[in-house]
Amino acid sequence: MAVPLLEARSIIKSYAGVRALKNASFELLEGEVHALIGENGAGKSTLIKVITGAIEPDSGSLSVCGRLVEQNDPSISRSLGIAAVYQQPSLFLDLSVAENIALALEGGGVWRKVNWQERNRLARELMERAGASIQPERLVSTLSMPEQQLVEIAKAIGADAKILILDEPTASLTDREVDSLFRTIGVFRNQGAGIVYISHRLDEITTIADRITVMRDGETISTRRREEVDKPTLISMMVGREIAAVVPKLQSSTGEIALELRHVSNRVTGLKDISLSVRCGEILGLAGLVGSGRTQLAETIFGLTPSDSGEILLAGVPVKIDSPAHAIQLGIGYVPEDRRRHGVVLEMPIASNISLANLKRVARIGLIDDRRERELAGGYLMQLRIKAPSVYTETGALSGGNQQKVALARWLSIHPKVLILDEPTQGVDVGSKSEIHNLMLDLAASGLAIIMISSELPEILSVSDRIAVMHQGTIEGVLSRDEATPQKILSLALGHVPSGEMAHFD
Amino acid sequence: MKNHTREISVAIAILALAIVLAFAAPGYFSRENLTDLFLANVPVLIVALGMTLVILIGQIDISVGSIFAICGVTAGLLAKWGLPAPVAGLGACLAGAALGALNGSLVAFLRIPSIVVTLASMVALRDALRWQTQGAWVQDLPRDFQWFGLSQSTYPLAALVIAGLLSVGLAWLLHNLAVGRAIYATGSSREGARLAGIHTAAVTFSVFAAIGAFTGFSAALNSVRFNQIPINAGLGLEMKVIAAVVVGGAAITGGKGSVLGTVLGVILLGAIGPALTFLGVSAYWERAVQGAIILAALVIDAVRMRSEKHAGSLAINHA
Repeated sequence: MAVPLLEARSIIKSYAGVRALKNASFELLEGEVHALIGENGAGKSTLIKVITGAIEPDSGSLSVCGRLVEQNDPSISRSLGIAAVYQQPSLFLDLSVAENIALALEGGGVWRKVNWQERNRLARELMERAGASIQPERLVSTLSMPEQQLVEIAKAIGADAKILILDEPTASLTDREVDSLFRTIGVFRNQGAGIVYISHRLDEITTIADRITVMRDGETISTRRREEVDKPTLISMMVGREIAAVVPKLQSSTGEIALELRHVSNRVTGLKDISLSVRCGEILGLAGLVGSGRTQLAETIFGLTPSDSGEILLAGVPVKIDSPAHAIQLGIGYVPEDRRRHGVVLEMPIASNISLANLKRVARIGLIDDRRERELAGGYLMQLRIKAPSVYTETGALSGGNQQKVALARWLSIHPKVLILDEPTQGVDVGSKSEIHNLMLDLAASGLAIIMISSELPEILSVSDRIAVMHQGTIEGVLSRDEATPQKILSLALGHVPSGEMAHFD
Repeated sequence: MKNHTREISVAIAILALAIVLAFAAPGYFSRENLTDLFLANVPVLIVALGMTLVILIGQIDISVGSIFAICGVTAGLLAKWGLPAPVAGLGACLAGAALGALNGSLVAFLRIPSIVVTLASMVALRDALRWQTQGAWVQDLPRDFQWFGLSQSTYPLAALVIAGLLSVGLAWLLHNLAVGRAIYATGSSREGARLAGIHTAAVTFSVFAAIGAFTGFSAALNSVRFNQIPINAGLGLEMKVIAAVVVGGAAITGGKGSVLGTVLGVILLGAIGPALTFLGVSAYWERAVQGAIILAALVIDAVRMRSEKHAGSLAINHA
C-alpha cells in the first residue's frame, strides 16, 4: 500500500482543561478527496489547525509522505506542501489578484525589482488552472466571495501544494459555482494531490469525496469509502442518533396576503420591476445565484435601501419603508446573512441581543426593566432550545447554531407579521439546522409570513411553499411546491424559462 | 460588559500608590493638597465622561481642548455682560453642545472619520478663538462669577457633589436606559445595530453633542476658579482625557468600557504627577510615567486578548 500523503495519529489537544480533540486519527492518500464531516464542535477545525501548524497538539504524531513532522508551524507546513483555503478567504483586499498571488509565491528580498509582466502572466496562468477567468490587475476588494476563494486556490496551485485543505468552501457559493469548484478539485486530484474537504453539505460530499471521515466530540468515529455509506448513515454517525435530514413540509393552509410588492425597482442596487407576494402562514423560498439580487431585495423590503419606484403593500395597505426602524415598527423582521457581524452583537449577553430590536417591550420611558428582559430572553431560551448556561452568557461564546437562534429570537420578540431569513442555516450543524427548519414551519403554522433566502436547493425545496427564483435583479419565475424541481429552479436562476411550460409570475 | 478586571486592576494601582505615599510622603494627604488635586482634575473627569460615550461608539474627539477654551471664554463674556453665573454656565454648555453637534453632524451624516473631523475643528476652533479675541484673556470678571458666588471652601464640596452625580447618573443611564444599549450596540457593530432598527446616525450625532455639552460644563466649572480666563486653556486636554478613558479599560474600537473605569483612570493619571513631586522625583517625569501607565494598560489588554482568543476558539469549538 502506498505511503499516505498525510497521516495524523492519536492527536490530543486540550484548551484550558477542555478536550477539543480526544483522539483524532486521519489519513490522506495521493489523488483522493477525503471529506471530514461532523457537527459544529466535533473538532474538525482544531484538527485542521494542528495539520496547518496553527496550534500545537498535546500529544500524537503527524507525518507527511511517511516522514514524521517533529516541529510544525504555519511556514513549515507550507513548505511541506500543505495549503488551506478557509470559508472566509484571507486575502489583501486593497492589493490586486497578481500581487496577492505574488506575495504568497515570490521569494527574494524586499528590495528586489518586481517584474510586473511576469507577475501578471503567472497570475493569469494560475487563475486559468484554477478554472477562473479573472484579470490579474483587478483589486481583490472588487471580487465576489467565490472569486476570492478561487484566488486562494490559485495560490495553492502555484505553491505546488500536495495537500489542499478546503474548509467549507461552498458555504457562500451557488450551485453553478460549486460545479466549477468541483472541476478545479478534480484537476487537482488528477495531478496526484490529496484534498481534505470539510463541508456541512452532505449532497456535495457524497458527490465528490472518495472517502469520508466522521468526527464527533473530538474523536474520529469512522472512515468509510463513499460507496459504503448513504446520507442517513452519515447523519446518524455524526449525531450518534437517527434524525430526519430535512423535514418534509405538510401543505399548510395559507391566509391573507401579508406582503405584496408591485413593480419595485432600485436603480442603485439593480433591482428591476419586482412583483411578488407572500401570504400569512406561507414560506416563500427565494432562490437564485449569488449576486442575483436576493439580499438586495431583502434590504429593500427592510428599508435599508428604499425602493425608488413601485409599491409595497403590507396587509393591503401601501407603505413607504424608509429605514429598518420603520420596517420593525411595521412588523417586518430581518435575520441577515452575516450572523457574526450583523445578526448578533457578539460582545453582548444573550438577553441584550434578544431585546435589542424591541427595547420598547422591556423598557418604560427608556428605562430597561431587567426582570422583564430576563423573562423575555428566558422564554426564548426555552422555546428555541438555545443551549447556554444563562441569559447573561456572552453571545460570542455560543456555537453558530445557537447564535442563529439568538438572532431569530430577537426578531420573534417583535412579533413580526413578515420575517425575512437570509441563509438561515449557513454554517450551522445538522442538528441545529433541522431544529431551525422545524421552527420555521411552526412559525408559519402560527400565521407568520416567511421569506427565506437560501443557496441550498434541498433546503429551498423541502421548506418552501412556493419558490421565487431571481436572476439579474428580477424575479425570473415563481414555482409552486409541487412543480418545483432542482432542474427548473436552476434553469430559472440561469435565466432560462423552463421549456414545455411557463413559469407563472405573481 | 460584565467583566470588571480592568476596573479592579486600576483600583489596585491607585491603592498601591496611596500606600506608598502614606509611608513615604504623608503630606500628600493634606486637605489642601487633595483639594487642589481634586479641583485640577474635575474638568478632566467631566470631559472624560463625555469621551467615554464617544469611545464607546467607536469614535474619537480630539477637539475637546479647543471647545473647552471657547466655552470658558463664552462663560466669562456672558458673565461680564451682567448675566448671573449659572446662566453663564448654561451658555457655556450650549456653546459646547453646538460645537459638538457640528462635529457630530459631519461624522454621523456625512460619514467623515471622526479623527479627521475633530482634528480640523481642533485647529480651526483654537485659531478662530485667538483671532476673535486678538489673543486677549478675559479679565475683570464680576465678583459673583468667582466660585459661582460660593465661598472658596464650599465650592470644592459643590464640585464634588456635581462630579459624583454626573458620574453616577451617566453610569446609571448606560446600564439602565435603552439609549445606553443603543450606544454599546452602535460601538460593537454599527451595521448590526442599524439592522436592529437603531438609528446609529442619531446616536452618533447625540453623543458628539453630549461631549460638547460636557466640555462646556467642565469649562464653566473651571473658569470660576480664576480671576481671568486664558484663551489657551485646555491645551492638551484631549490627550489627558483619552488616556484616562483608555486606562479605564475602554476599547478604542468601541463597544467596551465603563464609567467606573473612566473615573478610576482619571484618578490614577491625575494622582500620579503630584505624587512624583512628593516622592522627590523630578516633575519632568510626570508625563513619562503617565505614558508608561497607558502603555502598561494596553499591553495588559493585548496579553489578555491573546489568552481570550485561545479561550474564544475553544468556545466556538465546544459550545
